[in-house]
Amino acid sequence: MKGLTIAVPRGALFADTLDLLDALDLDTAEVRRNDRRLLFADVGVVTMRPSDVPTYVEAGAADVGITGKDVLTEQAERTVYELLDLGYGACRMVLATVEGPDPSAEALRRLGVMRVATKYPKTAAAFFEHTGRQAEIVEVKGSVELAPLTGLVEAIVDLTATGTTLRENNLVIREDLFTSTARLIANPVAHTLKADAIDAMLEKLRAP
Amino acid sequence: MPSPADIRTTIHPIPSGTRDVLPDEMRELRDITERVRGVFERDGYGEVWTPALEYEAVLARGGGLPPAYRVFDDHGQVLALRTDMTVPIARLVSTRYPVDDPPLRLCYFAHAYRGVRPHRGQMREFLQAGIELIGAPAPDGTAETLTVLCHALDATGLRGYRIGLGDASLYPRLLRSLGVDAHDGKRLMAALVERDFVALEGALGRLEVSDDDAGLLLAVPQLRGGPDVLGAGEGPVAEAVAGLRRVHALLAPEVAERVIFDLGLVRDLGYYTGAVFDVYDPALGEPLGGGGRYDELLGRFGRPLPAVGFALGIDRLHIALAGEERER
Repeated sequence: MKGLTIAVPRGALFADTLDLLDALDLDTAEVRRNDRRLLFADVGVVTMRPSDVPTYVEAGAADVGITGKDVLTEQAERTVYELLDLGYGACRMVLATVEGPDPSAEALRRLGVMRVATKYPKTAAAFFEHTGRQAEIVEVKGSVELAPLTGLVEAIVDLTATGTTLRENNLVIREDLFTSTARLIANPVAHTLKADAIDAMLEKLRAP
Repeated sequence: MPSPADIRTTIHPIPSGTRDVLPDEMRELRDITERVRGVFERDGYGEVWTPALEYEAVLARGGGLPPAYRVFDDHGQVLALRTDMTVPIARLVSTRYPVDDPPLRLCYFAHAYRGVRPHRGQMREFLQAGIELIGAPAPDGTAETLTVLCHALDATGLRGYRIGLGDASLYPRLLRSLGVDAHDGKRLMAALVERDFVALEGALGRLEVSDDDAGLLLAVPQLRGGPDVLGAGEGPVAEAVAGLRRVHALLAPEVAERVIFDLGLVRDLGYYTGAVFDVYDPALGEPLGGGGRYDELLGRFGRPLPAVGFALGIDRLHIALAGEERER
C-alpha cells in the first residue's frame, strides 16, 4: 500500500494481521523475522500493543491501523474512522463469576452494589449503567481471573476467545456484552488526503 | 542556569485544558493572526468582539455544542462560556443589524471553550479566526467563503492544505428519496457522524430496502475525490450533489484545485444545513478548521437570512506550519 503507514497490533491479532498484509502484497518477511524491532519504514509498518493503535491513528502518526473492537469500544472517545470488520480475532466480552449460585446477583440484591474487576473499566461501567445495575468497577492490570477467586470482587468483565482460562479457574460466563473482531481504522485526515490508497486497500480486503 | 530537573517552583495550577503563552510562541501566533486579519480586511470583512460569557438560554437557541462551563451571575441567571463564535454572531446580527441590507461581512479572532479531552492542538480554551457571511445564499456565498478561506491560508504560507467539501443535507436527502423512515434514518445518520462504516453496513443490512439501495447508501458516503465523484446523469444521488456541483462551477481554478469532494462529510453541530467543509493539512492528524452553511440559524434569532462561515484553529494552523517547515 504505497504511501500508507499501517499500525499493526502485536499479540493475539499479530499473525492474522501479517497474513492480511501478505494478501495486500506487502512484504512482511522482515516483520516476521524480527520481533524486537518496532518500526519497518520501508514497508510502512509500525508494530505496537493493540490498545495503542487508536492513539497512533488518531494523531496521524499512522494513517490506518488494525485493532480489536474491544479496544475501540473502551476508547470510544478517540476520533478515528472505522472502515471494515476484518472478521478474524473473534472473541466475546463477557460477565463471568465463580461457579454455583451467582455471587454478583446476591451482592446486588443484598448489598445494592456488585464489585467487578476488569481491564475495560469504561466498557464495564457503560454496560452496568445501560442494564440499570450499580457496580463498583475495580481496574486491574494483570490476570483478571484472580480477582473473584480471592474475594476482591464478585464478578469480572473480560474478553475470552475459547473460555479455557475461565474454565480452568472455575469461572462461568453469566452474560454476553458483545462479540469483538479485528477492525480496520483510519485517521480522519488521511482518509481524505490519501483516499485513493485507502480505497485501493479496502477494495482488496473486500474482494473474496 | 540550573538544570530544569533541579528547579522547584511553587505550584499554582491553571484549569485543565488551558495554557499560558510566552513571548516566543506569541510572536509566531501574532504573525499568523495578523496575516489572516489582513486578508479578512482586504476582502471586506469587519472585525467584531462579543462577550465570552453569554446567557445560556441565548446560546441554547442557536443549537450549537452544549457549553462546558456555566456560572451564575449576581442575579442568579445562568451564564455560559461560548463554544463557538457562530451562534454569538447570529445573535449580534439580529440585534445590532435588525434592518441593514444584506449581505453583512463579519470576522473575528476570539477564544471559545469546549469540554474536550485536552491535547496538542485542542485545548478547552482555544483561539479561532473566522468569518461569517450573512445574507449570501448558496452557491455564491459558499464559493466566496471558500475563496476567502484559501486566501487566508495562502497568506500564512501554508502550502499542502486541502479542503474537504461535502453537504450536510446530502445523506438525509438520499435517505428520504429512497423511502427510509425517520427512525431508521436517525440510526444511519448516527453511524455516519461517527464515520463508523462497520455500524453503517450492519444497520443497512437490517433495513427493508433493496440490495441496490443499501449498496448505494453504503457507497455514496465513502466517495471522496475530484469533481468526478459528483458524477453526472440523474437519480437520487445526482439530485443530492447538485448543490455541490453549482458551488464547484463558481470556484476559481486555484481554489477548486484545493477541494476534495467528500460525500460522507457530515457535522455533529446541529445548525448546518448545506455545504460543509473541513481544512486538512498532511502535517497534522486532525482538521485545522472548518465551516459550512447554516441557513436557518439566523431565523432562530428573528432575522431569517441565509448564512455561511468558517473558523480556523490558530493553534492547529501554527502546528501545521511548523510541521511543514520541518519537512522542507
